[in-house]
Amino acid sequence: MKLITAVIKPFKLDEVREALSGIGVQGITVTEVKGFGRQKGHTELYRGAEYVIDFLPKVKLEVAIADELVDRAIEAIEASARTGKIGDGKIFVYDLEQVVRIRTGETGNAAL
Amino acid sequence: MKSLTRIVALCLALSLVPLAALATPSEPASPSSPLVAGAVLLAQAAPAADAQPAAAPAAAPAEEKKEQAAAAPPVPDKGDVAWMSVSTLLVIMMTIPGLALFYGGLVRTKNMLSILMQVMVVFSVIVVLWAIYGYSLAFGGDGPFYGNLSKIFLKGITPESAAATFSKGVVIPELSFVAFQATFAAITCALIVGAFAERVRFSAVLLFSVLWFTFCYIPIAHAVWYWAGPDAITDAKSLEAVTAAAGFMWAKGALDFAGGTVVHINAGVAGLVGAYVIGKRIGYGRESMAPHSLVMTMIGASLLWVGWFGFNAGSNLEANGVAALAFANTLIATAAATVSWTLGEWMGKGKPSMLGAASGAVAGLVAITPACGFVGPMGALIIGLVAGVVCLWGVNGLKRMLGADDSLDVFGVHGVGGIVGALLTGVFAAPSLGGTGVFDYVANAASPDYSIGAQVWVQLQGVLLTIVWSAVVAFVAYKVVDLMVGLRVPEEEEREGLDISSHGETAYHS
Repeated sequence: MKLITAVIKPFKLDEVREALSGIGVQGITVTEVKGFGRQKGHTELYRGAEYVIDFLPKVKLEVAIADELVDRAIEAIEASARTGKIGDGKIFVYDLEQVVRIRTGETGNAAL
Repeated sequence: MKSLTRIVALCLALSLVPLAALATPSEPASPSSPLVAGAVLLAQAAPAADAQPAAAPAAAPAEEKKEQAAAAPPVPDKGDVAWMSVSTLLVIMMTIPGLALFYGGLVRTKNMLSILMQVMVVFSVIVVLWAIYGYSLAFGGDGPFYGNLSKIFLKGITPESAAATFSKGVVIPELSFVAFQATFAAITCALIVGAFAERVRFSAVLLFSVLWFTFCYIPIAHAVWYWAGPDAITDAKSLEAVTAAAGFMWAKGALDFAGGTVVHINAGVAGLVGAYVIGKRIGYGRESMAPHSLVMTMIGASLLWVGWFGFNAGSNLEANGVAALAFANTLIATAAATVSWTLGEWMGKGKPSMLGAASGAVAGLVAITPACGFVGPMGALIIGLVAGVVCLWGVNGLKRMLGADDSLDVFGVHGVGGIVGALLTGVFAAPSLGGTGVFDYVANAASPDYSIGAQVWVQLQGVLLTIVWSAVVAFVAYKVVDLMVGLRVPEEEEREGLDISSHGETAYHS
């Protein structure tokens, strides 16, 4: 099992969600985050005080996924989240040691 | 906790004093006493009839009645009373919630409640002190800088007591005047807190406000606004007497319709001195201190604009053409300043901002305050346009030059705007520029003579007096308060946020 974490542009969330549904992924967790890579921030001006805001709003989604589906999931996320402009984001893949469905107590692939 | 018990006991003991004052009978003004005391006519309308002896002869009642009618003092016009009541309400709204939200939106979430508290509680404390001794010392009697304690605890003031307006033979209830002026004193003190937002100790704010109100607001208000009223001026001799007994700046002929010096320059300077003495916020210049809600700031600015019609037009003390002039000027100048600040910012910084538009409006309101009843609408337009751009510089270039952390730009907007307005009043009050000129109460008409140069010089004197007096009193008061309780909160409390550390509350639960 793997845990896929993807940081994407916020307005791409719906597309990515649909793409993942399309390959059979049942659930995802979404967090609102701030971050930057090569994309520059912006400047805010309040009367005489200027602030350079490096951080940009992004969305982080986490999906626990069966090994067989990993490649297709990465492909789906990549394709739906891409705009071609700087700041599209990144995908991280972690090894997932254990998964438990709280309601039933199922573990492993049955819990995914 | 022990000191809290002591403070509660002290307050309870002090509250017995007004009761004692109520017990002592107040002396009604005798019909023959000169109608004097601080733009206040001590007119008792009904008691004159009551004083008639029961066994009054039936003969010649018609003549007596005619004499009585001729000697009967003026009574308030219902429209004027209604207008003054509404104006007072508008000024209260300017502070709570207008100023509170305007300032509140500009600070970080962790300090929102501290601003709301400081504004609301300072307002309340000053209104209480005004009722106890402020009104009496400001308007209770003759003197260059202070009245007297003849009206302490509002002694002797009844629903029948009358206060003079700016028209001969026109009065309003003295209680209306007391309440109206109370809101001015209170908002002035509340304005100051913006300069040292996000780091000041709550108890220090309250103690400072009491001291500065007593030793600066009252004497400046008295100096600029106290006079015996138009009915005391009948000829050159009485004019001389009234002038000699009037406030220092009034006697010099300074024009300040609604409080450019008394309120705005006064508060602006006190704020700036406070920003210097208290020091910068931790992280100033490095960390983000961006406003947490410009939505609140805009709501506050809008409430200030609407309420200011009470502040300016209400300062006419009656509902007539001059009130209408002040009203129109308040609308035009503010709109002009909003436009000029917005355009100035657009050209200078590249983008027009909501904070800029809101600040421009306030700058216009401040600048037109001393001028509103004296200048014509086009004079108001120009004052607004000028104030918008000068105050834009005040919060940018000048602020950098001054080097203080005047957090909410109290000096940049109120101080600078007040100075601009006070000086331009001297220019645009000129009849040749559409102004009303100076009123001659002996001739009971506007004086045809007007020297712009001379008037601007008088205005400048008023400005300088206010700046120096406010700065000195504020400085001493800050130092005294620092010794008593300390001006700043400790660093950890400032980092945590004043809402939690000073008030045990959070504004927003996310």
